[in-house]
Amino acid sequence: MNSNMEMIGTIITGVGTLFLLLGSLGIYRMPDVYNRVQAGTKCTTLGAFLTIVGVGIMQPEWFWKTLIIALFILISNPISSHVLGRASLKSGIPLWHKRVVNKTEEFEKSEDSEQNKEPKESNK
Amino acid sequence: MVFFLIIIGLGIILCIIRMIKGPTAADRAIAVDTVTTIIVALLVLLGFIFQRYVYLDVSLVYSIISFVGLIAIARYLEKGI
Repeated sequence: MNSNMEMIGTIITGVGTLFLLLGSLGIYRMPDVYNRVQAGTKCTTLGAFLTIVGVGIMQPEWFWKTLIIALFILISNPISSHVLGRASLKSGIPLWHKRVVNKTEEFEKSEDSEQNKEPKESNK
Repeated sequence: MVFFLIIIGLGIILCIIRMIKGPTAADRAIAVDTVTTIIVALLVLLGFIFQRYVYLDVSLVYSIISFVGLIAIARYLEKGI
């Protein structure tokens, strides 16, 4: 029973570390800021979740605390990546030159129209 | 177990290369974010290897502080201080 749980935990931890390696490989290889955000955040969130929960399965007394850490990473990591992508878009970093579709112009237009509406209403 | 540590170390080295090469400041911030998430997982794994329960507390506080710091960096990139 105990050795069986340990084997399952070791396999899960190994898969998690492989995902961590793939995420940092994406950080190194991808051509653009936004692609790097995608690759880094998705792979790293899944990899950290699997690694920490795998350690919790290997050591059953630690399970609840490792689950709390994993849930905190699962909540906070997408928020931070979204904030970084939004900040890099607003600070004017261009998209990759081989892009196919660019929907950020509509976003900027809607932002501008909202900013133009607000002072008019305040003047009235 | 040592094999897992080698894999995680390779990932950290790749992120540090991107942190040195990165053309803009946002690239470096993304690399720092990835390194902190990897280090949280590494701390839990080291706590299992050394059989120390304290490392879980360290990794929890580390993840909270890195989250707040990254929000501050993003706000600086967006509007300035």
